[in-house]
Amino acid sequence: MQWFDALVQGILLGGMYAQYALGMALMFGVMRIVNVSHGDLVILLSLIGISLASNFGFGPFTVMVALVPLAIALGWLLQRAVLNKVVGDDPLPSLIATFGLSIALQNMMLQIWSANSRSLPGGGIESQSIQIAGIYVGLLPVLVLGFATALTWGLDLMLKRSRFGRALRAASADVEAASMTGINARAVYASATAIAVGILGFAAVFQSLRSTVAPADGGAQLIYAFEAVIIGGMGSVWGAFIGSMVLGISQAIGFRLDPGFGVLAGHLVFLLVLAIRPQGLFGKV
Amino acid sequence: MTAVLSSHGLVARYGDFQALYGVDISVAEGEAVALIGANGAGKSTFLRSVMGLLAVKPDMVRLDGQPIGGTPTDKMVQKGVAIVPEGRRLFTGMSVEDNLRVAIDQADRLGRKGGWTMERLHKLFPILKDKARTDVQNLSGGQQQMVSIGRALLSQPRVLLCDEISLGLAPKVIREIYAALPEIRAQGTAIILVEQDVGLAQSASDRIFCMLEGRVTLTGASSAITREQIAEAYFGGSHAVV
Repeated sequence: MQWFDALVQGILLGGMYAQYALGMALMFGVMRIVNVSHGDLVILLSLIGISLASNFGFGPFTVMVALVPLAIALGWLLQRAVLNKVVGDDPLPSLIATFGLSIALQNMMLQIWSANSRSLPGGGIESQSIQIAGIYVGLLPVLVLGFATALTWGLDLMLKRSRFGRALRAASADVEAASMTGINARAVYASATAIAVGILGFAAVFQSLRSTVAPADGGAQLIYAFEAVIIGGMGSVWGAFIGSMVLGISQAIGFRLDPGFGVLAGHLVFLLVLAIRPQGLFGKV
Repeated sequence: MTAVLSSHGLVARYGDFQALYGVDISVAEGEAVALIGANGAGKSTFLRSVMGLLAVKPDMVRLDGQPIGGTPTDKMVQKGVAIVPEGRRLFTGMSVEDNLRVAIDQADRLGRKGGWTMERLHKLFPILKDKARTDVQNLSGGQQQMVSIGRALLSQPRVLLCDEISLGLAPKVIREIYAALPEIRAQGTAIILVEQDVGLAQSASDRIFCMLEGRVTLTGASSAITREQIAEAYFGGSHAVV
């Protein structure tokens, strides 16, 4: 029973990682933009959400309603002001630019919010649990998984069926050829980054509800997002979702084996997938 | 005939290297002109310059007499110029249908109207209907070329630039692709055709422009130009066409 419980807890943890990974799947997996500031953006949005809650008395849902549009605007601005100038076949310029942005964001957050850890008050939702198949699971992790599944489904549908999704996939495949069909790649990329960071708006609310956040925490979010995308396979949104589940389950089982082994177990499974199937579980050769 | 698209003293550079030296070429509605010349003559550079892929001065390229040189490529599509690029440049990882739908999407977005539809394209190249769900990477070279031409046509162009569409294809496939050109011209679309095969260029065009080292060295009606004239213009001296 304890292994079944670990499996369920791992899937629920994977729901949180999926919310970090979806934006990464879009930026890194589809657009080939290496955004090192991904985790710092989650933390920045979390801290803004916490400040909104403490200054205006917003509940978690209101914070989400305020934060997601803000995240979308932030993503659009990030692409227009920074990433469009460095995007191209070579991923190195975007890596260097976002590495600089990551350091700047961390210092800015330290200046504004100090190094203290904070969390978003959830009004009790964070401690509620429900019984499923004989085991108790937290209501918040179930909500997180539900949102992650819905976001993955919506993002996949958008990429495959919408005009915008086709334009984005075309621009990612060959930006010059895309312009030959009338696509304004910079505008498409700006919208895509807006969506990617918009998803982090959801992640930020859930992250700050389930645990504390501090300005230096972005690195872990970044690593989990990268690992999930690479385990799942570049360019596959559902791959990133499954990759997040694999990561979550690995960590949950690792925690059961030894409380200090959980995070390492996730990294080891990531390395194992990289060694056996470098293109990821759902990536094409 | 009034030119729909024309270049006037077109000069293009790759950094310090000057690739075109004052090129004057024009094409009228429904007309097909062919650009021939050896490798490095500047034919593809001319198409890239017209399409906004290389920086040129505004008045060096005119559409309906209006200066459009240096207009960004996506805006050129909006103005009615499309290109079938060298090497096909399809969107890999996407199906035939999605590659074509990208062009339809953008034509709708840009407000371009015209007679090209998916159904009409399927009549022109029936294989594209059968292969609609196939990833473009899994098509033969000829089929990929048909997708590339189809993608350009679905942009509803007034001027179609074709860069070496016969390159690397079997003679039967080349005939099949070139057989589609009269229908495209019948729509009123002007065609500028870059072609290495001189015989093919002559038979498919109304006028020929021969280029050598970035300059036009011969211009004339395709039916009137002799092989000897082409040989001289092509190689810059008295050579026989092989």
